[in-house]
Amino acid sequence: MTTTGGLRPPSTPQALDGVRVVELGWAAAGPLVGTYLASHGADVIHVESSTALDPFRSTYPPFKDNVVGPDRAGMFAFYNAGKRGVTLDLKQPRAVELALRLVTTADVVIESFPAGTLARRGLGHDALRRARPDLVILSSCNQGQTGPHAQHPGYGSQLTALAGFNELLGEPDRTPVILYGPYIDYIAVGYGVIAVLAALERRRRTGEGCVIDLSQYEAGLQFLSPALLEHAANGTVPTRDANHDRVAVPHGVYPSQADDRWVALSVWSDDEWGRFRAALGDPEWARQPDLGTAAGRRAREAELDTRIAEWTRDHTREEIVSTLRARGLRAAAVESVGELFDDPQLAHRRVWRRAAHAGLGEVGLMAPPFALSLTPARPERAGPTLGEHNEAVFKGLLGLSGAEYAALAADGVFA
Amino acid sequence: MTTLLDGLRVIEVAGDDVWGASAVAHAARILADLGADVIKVEPPTGDPVRAVPPFLHERAGADRGLLWIALNANKRGVRLELPRERERLRALLSSADVLVQGREVVDAATAASSSPSLVVVTVTPYGLAGPLAGAPASDLEVTASSGALALAGEPDRAPVRTTLAQSPFWSGMYAAMGALFALAARAATRRGQRVDVSGQASMVTVHPPACVHWDVAKEEHRRLGAFLIGRSTVGARFRNIWECADGHVSFAIQGGPIGRHTGRMLASWMRGRDFSAPRFLAIDWDGFDNRTLTQEQVDALEGEVGAFFRTITKREFFAGVIERNMLGYPVADASDVYADPQLRARAFWQETQIDGTALPFPGGFALFDGERPRIRRGPPRLGEHDAEVFDAVTA
Repeated sequence: MTTTGGLRPPSTPQALDGVRVVELGWAAAGPLVGTYLASHGADVIHVESSTALDPFRSTYPPFKDNVVGPDRAGMFAFYNAGKRGVTLDLKQPRAVELALRLVTTADVVIESFPAGTLARRGLGHDALRRARPDLVILSSCNQGQTGPHAQHPGYGSQLTALAGFNELLGEPDRTPVILYGPYIDYIAVGYGVIAVLAALERRRRTGEGCVIDLSQYEAGLQFLSPALLEHAANGTVPTRDANHDRVAVPHGVYPSQADDRWVALSVWSDDEWGRFRAALGDPEWARQPDLGTAAGRRAREAELDTRIAEWTRDHTREEIVSTLRARGLRAAAVESVGELFDDPQLAHRRVWRRAAHAGLGEVGLMAPPFALSLTPARPERAGPTLGEHNEAVFKGLLGLSGAEYAALAADGVFA
Repeated sequence: MTTLLDGLRVIEVAGDDVWGASAVAHAARILADLGADVIKVEPPTGDPVRAVPPFLHERAGADRGLLWIALNANKRGVRLELPRERERLRALLSSADVLVQGREVVDAATAASSSPSLVVVTVTPYGLAGPLAGAPASDLEVTASSGALALAGEPDRAPVRTTLAQSPFWSGMYAAMGALFALAARAATRRGQRVDVSGQASMVTVHPPACVHWDVAKEEHRRLGAFLIGRSTVGARFRNIWECADGHVSFAIQGGPIGRHTGRMLASWMRGRDFSAPRFLAIDWDGFDNRTLTQEQVDALEGEVGAFFRTITKREFFAGVIERNMLGYPVADASDVYADPQLRARAFWQETQIDGTALPFPGGFALFDGERPRIRRGPPRLGEHDAEVFDAVTA
């Protein structure tokens, strides 16, 4: 790297030291890939434009003090943590030329626009690889770069439904319910990071670049493969079944003393059922011999759930969970999102980090769910303000003179 | 194409329970799909996932579980009785780059002394350290501990989880990701390291907007059944799952360029069918901003849209949104997914022979230089590769 332009010098080595990523995309599915790479040491340069703002800057709450503004947007600051940010109006040929110069310095390009969008701007795969032949390119979009639905626009929450997740969530006697947010996007983010890392691994061995066509839909279907195979093998159509499980019984979410404070618990074997009975104080109803087998418990599962709820309603979540865990049983409080920020286990793992941000004051960032012992992730910087690193990147990295930079700025190339 | 992870060897050691065994199996399956040579180590009694229903043709059997089949394609399998046969495990690990384990079969000190370049990935419900290290949990408890359970379900009933356990998939995916970051570091440092994956923390990543709302605005998002929150500056909720003539569809009244286009298209769809929706059809889409609508306004519009959707089928809805290039999809079930022309056009399905039945597996998760990683083999029978693996290791 020729410059760190705003990046703190690394104190310990990181997995992707020396790797540069240029990212063109918005919302969640593309940019969060870059965030994982950035928190492991990559220099990720997020390219955007004020002429077509990221919806996470313009549309999606929350905004600081509920006042809409591109540098007041909590979502953008979170989803672009650790990156440098530049603005280019890619409708202008000179902006496209600068983007390609940036790509010549990069190892990876991530883009998440609808299929064909970048090609129309002169930034298709061929143009990118001419700029840098051993480039790893990740194109992530709704349904992939090819096929009859490649051009169809979509949001993650609805793509989640198309993949079949919602059919499997809810009460059998009611409509399916939503999986919060664009669930499938985060699956595609995970596979996107994996794809880029695997392609870099091959490049280290062979020197070859790679073009990765990631359909967020196909990535999501990986998490449904058993249900899909079940249909193919047996002709059945898997559907939602509230909190029931095919092995564990009882297996459910039960009320505690306090309003809307729930406990999840499950019993996975006849031996565990014996310990569960004891934890409840071995009541008369639980001693019936037919409940000693999974089949017997399943035959009377509704009744069992009612009985268990009678017990749980008399206790706090903490009492229930500690009583069951003390006997080696599976139980956990149903934590609200606010409670996660005070969760002692997540705190121990340092999942939550805080970073200063010019428009928001301070924002919370999230560490990855895997801890590396030698080269830990460093989620330390919030997402950039609009155009924050224009000078550092275009002058510092690409070597534009002050006069060249000013002329391009005056022509709106950096809009 | 040279396979991405050609030459990489991964040893997978099953966890003690279904959760851990599923999570490590998924992690190793991802690496196997990318070309790694994955050797799965099972106890003599077999991996606990083998016993999980449903089964192929609804006939129980150690090689017939569909969760087992889904998670273990592309691997070889050996039997080891641990700790008795730990020397054989050690020999196996000396030829390996990555160990993925569901419990600490190999601890950090052993790994560091006997194979310093080995990447050791351990997947547990809460992680290897901290107050909940070692606490047992299945998918339901892991999901409960992550906030994800509190965000799903009807407000007047208990929170619900996805009927097909999801947290092993998430945790396994992050385990594979962690392994690849550690391999990238190893290329520079020549040293392996430990990767400690938490199921709870994995599931915290599935709902970032809820965390951002709490962090920035101290707003607590809760389960709202079929409704979305977080799209309004005045706190209105928007329906996202709707009844249709033969099932359900996913759709939301939205702003922004694409949301306004969608609204216009839906209005013209209604007009083309002479459907009466006075409020919805009166919207001036050029200036439409969903963020500032009151709940009363949203409810009135959604009443009309809901009535329209009840007149069309899932299939009509899917064809209609594609034709009009508007947002929205049917709530598909497995049969709809297999029928989807997009997946067929991209050759997503890969037929694999399992016990004399050709099963259409979901193919690799992405195309690399235009090629999709293949299902090269079905899952191993218990101990199927004992001879070839141990002969090669001891040779």
